[in-house]
Amino acid sequence: MLDAAILGAVLASVVAAATTLLLASLGELVAERAGTLNLGVEGMMIVGAAVGYATAYSTGSLLLGTLAAILAGTALSLVFAGLAVWLATNQVASGLATTILGLGLAGLIGSSFVGTRIDAAPALRVPGLTDLPVVGPVLFGQDAFVYASILLLIAVAYGLARTRAGLVLRAVGENHAAAHALGHPVRRIRTLAVMFGGACAGLAGAHLSLAYTPFWAADMTAGRGWIALALVVFSAWRPLWLLAGAYLFGAVSILQLHVQGFGLGIPSQLLSSLPYLATIAALVVISALKRGQGAPASLGVPFVPDR
Amino acid sequence: MPLKFERQENVSALRLAAAPLLALVFTLIVGAIMFVALGHDPIRAFSIYFIQPLGDVYTLQELVVKACPLLIIGVGLAFCYRANRWNIGAEGQYVAGAVLGSWLALATNGGEAGPWVLPAMLVLGALGGALWGLIPAFLRVRFGASEILTSLMLVYVAQLGLDYLVRGPWRDPAGFNFPQSVTFDPVAVMPLLMEEGRLHAGIIIALIAVAVATFVLGRTLTGFSIELAGTAPRAAAFAGFDEKRVTYGVFAVSGALAGLAGIIEVAGPIGNLQPTISPGYGFTAIIAAMLGRLHPVGILVASLVLALTYIGGEAAQISMRLPFDVTRVFQGTLLIAILAADVLVRYRLRRVEGTSHA
Repeated sequence: MLDAAILGAVLASVVAAATTLLLASLGELVAERAGTLNLGVEGMMIVGAAVGYATAYSTGSLLLGTLAAILAGTALSLVFAGLAVWLATNQVASGLATTILGLGLAGLIGSSFVGTRIDAAPALRVPGLTDLPVVGPVLFGQDAFVYASILLLIAVAYGLARTRAGLVLRAVGENHAAAHALGHPVRRIRTLAVMFGGACAGLAGAHLSLAYTPFWAADMTAGRGWIALALVVFSAWRPLWLLAGAYLFGAVSILQLHVQGFGLGIPSQLLSSLPYLATIAALVVISALKRGQGAPASLGVPFVPDR
Repeated sequence: MPLKFERQENVSALRLAAAPLLALVFTLIVGAIMFVALGHDPIRAFSIYFIQPLGDVYTLQELVVKACPLLIIGVGLAFCYRANRWNIGAEGQYVAGAVLGSWLALATNGGEAGPWVLPAMLVLGALGGALWGLIPAFLRVRFGASEILTSLMLVYVAQLGLDYLVRGPWRDPAGFNFPQSVTFDPVAVMPLLMEEGRLHAGIIIALIAVAVATFVLGRTLTGFSIELAGTAPRAAAFAGFDEKRVTYGVFAVSGALAGLAGIIEVAGPIGNLQPTISPGYGFTAIIAAMLGRLHPVGILVASLVLALTYIGGEAAQISMRLPFDVTRVFQGTLLIAILAADVLVRYRLRRVEGTSHA
């Protein structure tokens, strides 16, 4: 049956799949804690994937590609912020518009790179430790994105809970009128939170096209941005639960691939739909248990200062 | 000289009507920039994209053929969005309707079935879409799960289900292994309205939907309860309107119309069941609904505008080798522009005395 090498490889691919989701959902969590529901994650992620790939392919530098992806995600998030934060438009519609635009832009940018490949972001190696069975490749043999996602998780968890900036951000998300009355620049803070979300989504896109599947394919995000949004609900807006959720969904999406490989006579389409069905199930369970508790009170409510 | 934007409470109808036009102009400017960035002469591109399709009878028919699903779905979405229920999974309901309606076409294929087949298919299509749409409604009412995310997730599930059927049990055995069903019998196909071209009876159904929806939304208590549920949910509760019934109702209506659009498309221009039966109509219809101000007649106009981006996109693909994504950029920009324009026409630039603080 499964030997250590295969188990290690499977677990390592779970980590890789989870990393995309973790990066994107961390950014969205920060945006939502500030009170903005940005449904543009899918669009920002795929623009990151396209721009990141195009840059890395053209320059040969994964680092430049990653930076370009972060910038692209941030730039697209500014479109959302301009609408939802500054013009106080409906956040659901604004986020959808951002996603539709992002999918189109990414397709345009990526169209000239279809069929090309690059070398995937290399796994970092720790002499000695990486060669340990199972634990080695899973914990010490991942690419830089994986470690970045964990560091980012720690930074977000700490920043939200323990710093003054995090406190102000949460205050804006819970009660924007009160935060405004205290003199906090609500719209500026929300813009920054949305930009952070865009940067994270762009980084998640870069992970997808530079490390996870090192090529460009149309619509390669395949709903991961939407799953990231669902994970934020699943986590009840707590960063550490995001980690659990992302790895759970990473496991579901990898395991269904392996079951498809075994060919047990289960239609592959049924297995492919498991991540989406699992998302629905997770949303239902968490909503039934918590009934909206944990959601920032001002989430999705536009803020218009009355001077 | 300090200037500031001032929000006006009472905005003239003229200004409000100007918003969609403003949005169109903005979109065209962005489009021109995009064409230049892609290395094309913007005037030639615009001509191919937006002018030439209006030039002959065939493409004008195609325009209506493409507008038809957008219109039917968009009218249904108006029910949801007026009630502030965010069904963004119309694409999945479209597929579910197409699948259930096609089941009858395939079950009766090659038999001696009479002219009842097509009407029954349309009913089944609407039923399939409604059932698929009621899933997120149920999950929201019963468990409080966000209908935005569940309806969207069900799009992927529906598409994979369709993929399974046309590659598996419903594949045409004589189809050289192509993943598609047999071609529908003549009794299971939408009648054409003209000798040549693809204009089919679906547009009549779409226009009936516009008329009925205009009446229901504007002139009935049901329409009022939907409106109230969206704009003043507390008032709606005090007035005795059942919030759950509104949720189920608007999801059933929008799902049914999306499903109807799906089966009309499959029984009309496509003619059989294939893995891909929509170039994103369910999502573009969201833009049609917003651009049309959630009013059925407005959605009619908006559907034609958006259909033009599809036709122009296909023309530009052939004659300019532009990727089809140009169309998605246009559509996304248009939605952004309409959202912004709706707000901006409510503001006026005013000169103010003294210094002002932003």
